[in-house]
Amino acid sequence: MSVAASSSPAASRRATPALVLGGTITGLFVLAALGSYVWTPYPTAVLDVAHRLQPPSAAHWLGTDHFGRDVASMILVGARNSLAVAVVAAGVGLLLGTPLGLLAAARRGLADEAIMRGADLVFAFPSLLLAIMITAVAGPGAINAIIAIGVFNIPVFARVARGAALSLWSRDYVLAARVAGKGPGLISAQHILPNIASLLIVQGAIQFSMGVLAEAALSYVGLGAQPPTPSWGRMLNDAQTMIGFAPWLAIFPGLAIVVSVLGLNLLGDGLRDLLDPRLDRRR
Amino acid sequence: MSLLSIRDLTLGIGGAEVLKGVSLDLAAGEIVGLVGESGSGKSMTGLSVLCLLPPGAVVSGRIELDGQDLTSLSEPQMRAVRGAQVGMVFQEPMTALDPLMTIGDQVAETLRIHRGLGRAAAREAAAAALARAGLPPDRFPLSRYPHELSGGQRQRVAIAIATALKPKVLIADEPTTALDVTTQAQILELLKGLAREDGCGLILITHDLAVVAETVDRVAIMRAGEIVEQGPVAALGALTHPYAQRLAKDAVLAETAPAPAPADGAPVVEATDVLRTYAPRRSAPWRRAEPFRAVDGVSLAVRPGETVGLVGESGSGKSTLLRAVLGLEALQGGAVSLDGRPFSPPSRGDARRLRRQVQAVFQDPYGSFDPRWRVADLVAEPLHLLDDPPTGAARRGRVAAVLEKVGLPADAIDRYPHQFSGGQRQRIAIARALITEPRLVVLDEAVSALDVTVRAQILALLADLSRELGVAYLFVTHDLGVVRAVCHRVLVMQAGRIVEEGETAQVFASPRHPYTQTLLAATPDLRRALAARGA
Repeated sequence: MSVAASSSPAASRRATPALVLGGTITGLFVLAALGSYVWTPYPTAVLDVAHRLQPPSAAHWLGTDHFGRDVASMILVGARNSLAVAVVAAGVGLLLGTPLGLLAAARRGLADEAIMRGADLVFAFPSLLLAIMITAVAGPGAINAIIAIGVFNIPVFARVARGAALSLWSRDYVLAARVAGKGPGLISAQHILPNIASLLIVQGAIQFSMGVLAEAALSYVGLGAQPPTPSWGRMLNDAQTMIGFAPWLAIFPGLAIVVSVLGLNLLGDGLRDLLDPRLDRRR
Repeated sequence: MSLLSIRDLTLGIGGAEVLKGVSLDLAAGEIVGLVGESGSGKSMTGLSVLCLLPPGAVVSGRIELDGQDLTSLSEPQMRAVRGAQVGMVFQEPMTALDPLMTIGDQVAETLRIHRGLGRAAAREAAAAALARAGLPPDRFPLSRYPHELSGGQRQRVAIAIATALKPKVLIADEPTTALDVTTQAQILELLKGLAREDGCGLILITHDLAVVAETVDRVAIMRAGEIVEQGPVAALGALTHPYAQRLAKDAVLAETAPAPAPADGAPVVEATDVLRTYAPRRSAPWRRAEPFRAVDGVSLAVRPGETVGLVGESGSGKSTLLRAVLGLEALQGGAVSLDGRPFSPPSRGDARRLRRQVQAVFQDPYGSFDPRWRVADLVAEPLHLLDDPPTGAARRGRVAAVLEKVGLPADAIDRYPHQFSGGQRQRIAIARALITEPRLVVLDEAVSALDVTVRAQILALLADLSRELGVAYLFVTHDLGVVRAVCHRVLVMQAGRIVEEGETAQVFASPRHPYTQTLLAATPDLRRALAARGA
């Protein structure tokens, strides 16, 4: 008997333009954040009042702010903060939310109800207000911004994990694993988690982009990273009184936020097309 | 002069040749059975007539309906043909209807599009069409939704839609595969009656010769995109093409009774008064509702080396009973014991030791493997139940040994399940069930999803393994032909109870319970059909 030769399903999937574009933008974003440790056009901690509020020029590509700091350099350094807060916040959600979702799907009943109603409760709070509350109690700063954003990522991942896991629990291969004497914990780790990983990665990219946006919002209202650490949200805040005569101060940090969020969303969509087996059959 | 004439139809999809010069004629009032295994191109032939092919399909050849070449029509012209001149009934009654539309609206939709009828007139015509399909409006109002109907009733709605405009040609693609045998017989009778009444040509696409033998006038047997043989149904006994002969032979499962089981020995598994109830949905929180008894006081026993068939239609509780035997369900009453020790409800200490004595093979050869695991790990999974599971080379050796036993090549061990055909996957599933050397294997519709020739091979393999290893089988199925071929004893289950039980030969020869008699009469049987038609 010969074994039917067929190519792996992964081979038939291809990288979409969304994935390439999103991956490139995200790559540049990460490169900017990491590269800023090595080199920036100008130091951001040094004030140069003589050259303040200069429009974009050959010396200062994106102009300078009211303290004479180079806007391009500040955007590069600000990327560090956005990246760190968004990555850690998405990671918190992934690492805490996924096990909760898996547990809810495996145990059903009371555990499921408790976890999902808890998730509903967190969702019911206006996220920015809760973030403000947390930072108001614990004081502003990057760590508290991470906690405030991360708390909202937990129910997101819990829901995604539970929904996908529930449909897998009715599969025959899970039944086969139960016949093989495996308990809910082992089945979740060996069969469920690997099969929902692609969904979680896609959700991770989406939560990452929302984290960038949320971090910008928090630092815009002064609850994110504190001065003198540059951050995109606070650059926007600083720029708003000067938008009439120095529009570049608002335009470039704004563009940085828009482009990085767009890139991460494209990356998420592209990964979904690449990884999600449910979409695979449609082609 | 034929009504529908397909000439040298070839079809390529993405470089693969799906159809290679198919020619088929259909006269008005004639019923043709298009028979083939999965992948033979029979469904694609049906879809070609409607020009409902997947994107990227390249068609050549002619499809003439009443002298008009359908392949030359534009998409808008084709839309006028679909439904009005060519109707289609699909396999899956669950997904063929829109769940958000009432059945009356779904039938009326076709009438309004093609005939331009007004609302009231369309509803009236829809009611007539449904009544013709066996759903009279006084018992099945037009305002019903698909989820309120059974599978057979939904298929009747689909047939009402397809025949509402009295098309010249009706194509039914596996219309009864998803249905129980008694429903299958009714639906086939309905299709035949409607075709005769309207004088339309009917193409019945199926994988099972036995299903069509009683219904069709002519049979065309397809293999790998070609029609290898066609002719009147009476000539089925005298087929010339070797493949067609094999298909006809495998459709009739060998009736040679399996080797008699050793009568001695205490039962491997014994279930006594098993009760499994489900809490129904209450109409209001304060109302008490009687629990639904899915399995209602069932007792059964399987002796070592014995093959026992458990037969029932969907909803009879046989799957629930099977899970109870596997110790996967909590019971509301009764007990399951294994080798005389309580297995369900399980006692802590014995659970692992007992569980390795009972393994299972499930129906769907595609869904019963984790797609990310290799065969080596899939087959070795039940080794988890051993006190001292082998690792490394010892584990691999055990997997290789059991794979050889089920007739798979040695290189299968490092492959993924999607690289195998349906029959090969079912062999992997059997290997997985046998690796702990169990005394009982529960087979849940294990051959239902397979083509007839593959089904015959798997059944032969199971019989060999039973002789060689002395393993007992509990064979859960809706297919009485399978039971007759392999089972020593048979249990017939209806509505949660076992209504008849006995030696297979005896039950088949003289069924006592009316339900068993109905089931037997409804089961397609190629030989009986040929005898009836040849006479």
